[in-house]
Amino acid sequence: MPELTRESKPLLLTGGRILDPSQNLDESGDLLVQNGKVEAVSGRVGHADDVEVIDCSGCIVSPGFIDVHCHLREPGREDVETIATGARAAAAGGFTAVCAMPNTDPVTDNQAAVGFVIRQANRAAAARVYAIGAISVGQRGETLAEFGEMVGAGAVAVSDDGRPMVSAQLMRTALEYARTFGIPVIDHCEEPTLAHGGAMNEGIVSARLGLKGIPAEAEEIMVIRDILLARRTGGHVHLAHMSTRGSVELIRWGKERGINVTAEVCPHHISLTEERVGAYDTNAKMNPPLRTTSDVEALREAVRDGTIDLIATDHAPHHYDEKEREFADAPNGIIGLETALGVVVTHLVDSGTLDFAMLVERMSCSPARVFNLEGGTLRRGAEADITVFDPAMKWTVDPSEMLSKGRNTPYAGMTLSGRAVCTIVGGRIVYQMESPAAARLQPARS
Amino acid sequence: MTSALGKDLLGLEPLSSEQILLILDTAEPFKEISERAIKKVPALRGQTIVNLFFESSTRTRISFEFAEKRLSADTVNVAASGSSVLKGETLVDTARNLEAMRIDMVVMRHGASGAAQFLAERIESNVINAGDGTHEHPTQGLLDLLTLRDHFGDLKGRRVCICGDVLHSRVARSNIWGLQKLGVEVAVCGPRSLLPNAIEEFGVRVIPRIEEAIEWADALNVLRLQLERMTAGYIPSSREYNRVFGVTRERLERAPRDILIMHPGPMNRGVEIDSDVADGPHSVILNQVTNGIAVRMAVLYLLSGGRPELAEAAKGGTGRRGGAEMTEAA
Ligand SMILES: [Zn+2]
Ligand SMILES: [Zn+2]
Repeated sequence: MPELTRESKPLLLTGGRILDPSQNLDESGDLLVQNGKVEAVSGRVGHADDVEVIDCSGCIVSPGFIDVHCHLREPGREDVETIATGARAAAAGGFTAVCAMPNTDPVTDNQAAVGFVIRQANRAAAARVYAIGAISVGQRGETLAEFGEMVGAGAVAVSDDGRPMVSAQLMRTALEYARTFGIPVIDHCEEPTLAHGGAMNEGIVSARLGLKGIPAEAEEIMVIRDILLARRTGGHVHLAHMSTRGSVELIRWGKERGINVTAEVCPHHISLTEERVGAYDTNAKMNPPLRTTSDVEALREAVRDGTIDLIATDHAPHHYDEKEREFADAPNGIIGLETALGVVVTHLVDSGTLDFAMLVERMSCSPARVFNLEGGTLRRGAEADITVFDPAMKWTVDPSEMLSKGRNTPYAGMTLSGRAVCTIVGGRIVYQMESPAAARLQPARS
Repeated sequence: MTSALGKDLLGLEPLSSEQILLILDTAEPFKEISERAIKKVPALRGQTIVNLFFESSTRTRISFEFAEKRLSADTVNVAASGSSVLKGETLVDTARNLEAMRIDMVVMRHGASGAAQFLAERIESNVINAGDGTHEHPTQGLLDLLTLRDHFGDLKGRRVCICGDVLHSRVARSNIWGLQKLGVEVAVCGPRSLLPNAIEEFGVRVIPRIEEAIEWADALNVLRLQLERMTAGYIPSSREYNRVFGVTRERLERAPRDILIMHPGPMNRGVEIDSDVADGPHSVILNQVTNGIAVRMAVLYLLSGGRPELAEAAKGGTGRRGGAEMTEAA
């Protein structure tokens, strides 16, 4: 972040429910930010006169959310998203940090490309943006990219996301080599010959619509391969966007045996099913595809019990006319940074699967821990990356109001509860809802 | 314009059994027009129809064209592959252009499932799906129903088995929905690699062997085997397909009852069906072709706002274009 962070005025967040699972903290009180750091937490905090006071009554004050999986499209498709617009969208969604996937054009597969991402992020001065480097040069799945140099330039993980790591041998080598740098290797699990040509989940809906399906096994075969390779190598495999009940069972199997596997789930896979494709709605087309009710139930339970470590968005903006075409030919993916919190509150907290402490754990503490990032805590002296959100605020998703350049969301027109009202990065406010009090139509939960 | 069928005909899945019967009943009087010396009535005079074929299908296009001409519509045929206008154009652009040309109806064949739905959502004109990807081919389903009804009368409780590549067949889907809505028991028979995994969830019986299918069914609808399914690895060879799943005379001779043989065409003789079956006494394949025109006339007539009870009168040539003016004339 730019140095001006350090010079900003002290902030006093008053009257909020301070919720920090990293130190088992859940109490009403104040939080003081000074010199970009958390200075004091809870109770009545003494402070100097020259502070900016933010009234957080009715809101939850938590360590900032971290999204370990998003696509910011820069370089190459700046018409669709840039690091700056993506970072602002992240801040508006309550994310203080995001990790940008390397499947840009050109691919982020060397130290100069990683440096570019970080420079653009600093210029944007919104949420922190970390770079994920490619596993293989050009994401071609042939030779390893220079992990050491990329990590030196600031990369926090490696992935060929956007495409699966087809070669088991290269995956094995990547897991072994990544141990040197202590970074996770992220895989997009999809057996390509099974998934070939598929446009949605294989099942009764695909059979009815006459669309080629992607069977659950396309994901699960790669999940178990990666887990076995992690066992063989001792490397850390992180499994992106899990979507099936079978994957959950396999990850549970791996974790029970102490294998170094972590996994993420996206808000859409725990809130929507294949039925959402309806009459060929391309805003319900993503990879992996939306699955069945049984899969959704298993994924929710896995987030609750920790089999799935964290929630990530897989934010994937596309230009509207790229989505406006025949279903089988439309690109995969939806935007997610600005709807993630609302979707998780509406579908997981309000349904009783998670409480708010667990939500904060899965969206902030756990991502920081798994990816070894700053943040994820409100301990005294920590970087002041903070999300203030109103857990009960009802709002209707209006794509035209999004800060992302993308408009491709299946949640358009839906009413969600839970929304970020203020996002603070390094002690500086990077997003503040214009009029949270006016927007807070519903009485806040006590 | 909202007709008894709604704005469009996209598939048989969204139709009620009443709507399906309405189309079949409306088709009955139109059958006779094809028997006349002058095969033309003015029911759709003044209406413009575009036959937009992104995929070549001579049979379906000619059948629609005959139906349109016999109803006196003005028609334009666009084969998208050969047209400079449509080259490189997206379906959205095509829709916008059609809308700007103020066309009354569009008959579209397209290689992508959902393409007809896509177009229908974007234009005011009536859209008739003439086959979209591996989704539906509703007028083929309707002509199959009409052919079955000609032979059996009431279809309730009858048994029809669809044989072959159900996975990639739009005809199969339209057949399944249409037959089930009219109370027919439906089965499928073919290599498991060419049946959708979830087919049982459609309420369809799966019969593994063609001999059993012949024993069970009142009618077989034999689907064309696309030869590229072999290179794609779904089945080993057309020779083996004929040996295991072919509808042959020897197999048919063991049928316990009179069995109808249908085929949407074009046939691979000697692969899914033998010539002596296709041309034999059980075959109603040519009746299907004749019925295709009547059913398509009925669909065009009903979608244009034509009143079902006046279909008989429309034959007489008193009407000018569709329902409202026909009422005046009647
Ligand atoms: Zn992916
Ligand atoms: Zn992704």
